[in-house]
Amino acid sequence: MDLLSFARGPALTAALVVFVLGTLWRLGGVLRRPRMRDLSPARVGAPAKLVGALYAVARGMWPRREFVRAALVTTANGYVFHIGLALVFFGYAPHIAFMRRLTGLSWPALPDTVMYLAAGATIIALLAALGARLTDPVLRTISNADDLFTWTVTFLPVITGMAVVAEPSAAVLARERVIYPGPLAAHLLTLELLLIWFPFGKLMHAFLFAFSRGATGMRFSHRGVKI
Amino acid sequence: MSVSASVTPAFDKQGKQSDEARVDAAMRSFVSESGVTAALHMESCVRCGLCAPACHFYVTTGDARYTPIHKLEPFRRTYLREASPLAPLVRALGLVRKPDIADLEQWQELLYDSCTLCGRCTLACPMGIDIAELVKEARHGMFKAGLVPDRLALMDRTARQWGSTATPGEDLPDILAEAAREHGVAIPCDLASADILVTAAPAELGEHTKALADAAKILNRIGARWTMHQDGFDASNVGFNNGDLELQERLTRALVDTAVKIGARTVLLPECGHAYGAARWEAAKWYGQALPVRVIHMTEFLDELITTQQIRVNKIGETATFHDPCQIVRRGGLEAAARRVLAALGLDLLELEDHGLTGYCCGGGGGVVSNQRAAPLRHKVFELKKQQIEATGAKHFVTSCGQCRITLEMGAKHAHWNKPVESLLGLVADNLAD
Repeated sequence: MDLLSFARGPALTAALVVFVLGTLWRLGGVLRRPRMRDLSPARVGAPAKLVGALYAVARGMWPRREFVRAALVTTANGYVFHIGLALVFFGYAPHIAFMRRLTGLSWPALPDTVMYLAAGATIIALLAALGARLTDPVLRTISNADDLFTWTVTFLPVITGMAVVAEPSAAVLARERVIYPGPLAAHLLTLELLLIWFPFGKLMHAFLFAFSRGATGMRFSHRGVKI
Repeated sequence: MSVSASVTPAFDKQGKQSDEARVDAAMRSFVSESGVTAALHMESCVRCGLCAPACHFYVTTGDARYTPIHKLEPFRRTYLREASPLAPLVRALGLVRKPDIADLEQWQELLYDSCTLCGRCTLACPMGIDIAELVKEARHGMFKAGLVPDRLALMDRTARQWGSTATPGEDLPDILAEAAREHGVAIPCDLASADILVTAAPAELGEHTKALADAAKILNRIGARWTMHQDGFDASNVGFNNGDLELQERLTRALVDTAVKIGARTVLLPECGHAYGAARWEAAKWYGQALPVRVIHMTEFLDELITTQQIRVNKIGETATFHDPCQIVRRGGLEAAARRVLAALGLDLLELEDHGLTGYCCGGGGGVVSNQRAAPLRHKVFELKKQQIEATGAKHFVTSCGQCRITLEMGAKHAHWNKPVESLLGLVADNLAD
């Protein structure tokens, strides 16, 4: 079995198993922690808890006006690489073909130009995030190995992906065989590394953010505070 | 902003436990505090650092140690090692270092001196992590470990003995009688039956008895059947601030049990922020069921009396600015109530640059006002507040928390600033219409 077959076969299966089971394990483990009901009477006129939770999930998408000045660069940079990663992952034609083989699901691709711009912006934003983490005194104080490892496993699929983009996606898809098996295998393996790391590090915030914001939203809306 | 502006790290110890026993006690407590919400919040942090510029201690010192999420590091490490879903893996591979006594000693300053539990960071966190609540939970472990600032530990011992940090219950009748004579108002004490149990903050039983008289004047005006009672009178729950859960429960029960005993339907809290947090939102958990009485803060009581026209107030007709007490507004939901009272008083409100839910703390919440070694930090925070107050140009500076008032008065004294801090209750009482 060559490296590409390994990456497309057992490695991918193993990575997906770790990703799914690990994510369920971690999420389930947190949600099974003991909980204490809030027995205090809610503020008169307080919304239902679910409404408070959903409001907080939506509210957290952008900083409050009072915090925008301090949070603008970090927030905007975060949006660039989150949206950039999503566009590249879900919008690039070869990725859609990959997912169709995996799941049977398919959707229209975005133009290659948009992909190149998104990938470029993502790389710049990720480098900016790393630069801030290594130089900002606050970020240096609170950062740990998870931050650097997570950054690395996020950056690697992007950069290895760029290494295999040598021609338009239509040409790639039209060809029967892969002409860059080594770089493509490396690209797939870095994606699999990301999937394997996902349940163990801070990438889990992709799922946890809604629960975390929602819990605070319920606590505060109960008190009549519109956070 | 200069790093050297921060205070020298300091710690105190109580009791004779070994260092190992202190660490074990703290860690056991951290684990028991790791309920589902705490766990979600511990797991969700992406270490973005956006909580730092929301914290008045970071803003005024520029010291990265005061980044709010950093204050939770021993708690976080314990959670990851002992309570998280990945704990066995974390321990087996040694991925996270167990907190040691040096960590806990070092973090005492971060948990007690440089956090007022104000929760401004909570609103700034993009993950919605309620950092203030986690700090409060971390304090439970620090208390168990006997690692609390000595000044707060002294208050704790006093409250355990007296049921108050101010005075033993048996002295209450004399204190109230003296206050009644001084201010010329009847203050009932220890009535066997009443509709409202009125409670106090410690300072009101000492040098700020006018607040008691102000409350009495209003309650007497509306013809309320009310009393104070030596079995339950001090609402400023020092256990809530210190992390002493046992004391918090005792003090809470004293208020509610006394109210039930005299048939009161309402417990009226004084102008005190943490009293509101402890009694309004946390008391029910000690009962295991909804409280049999209504707990109401003085601010919402005044608001209700004015709104229902049980009292009328004279218009002052001047400008005022308002300091929003964190536990009453940001964590209590009474932002609009205070403003309605100010409007009824005919005060033209000139808001602080940061006000309402995102107003800066006075710098003394969470027991910091009583923690003498934190005074240099408090004074720096006061400068921030002072600048915002001066920028409004308002004639009156008003707040609705006695602890905030004391903190701000201490800051003003240190800064040789002569702007008085006025009480919302005091303004209402002084301007009652005939």
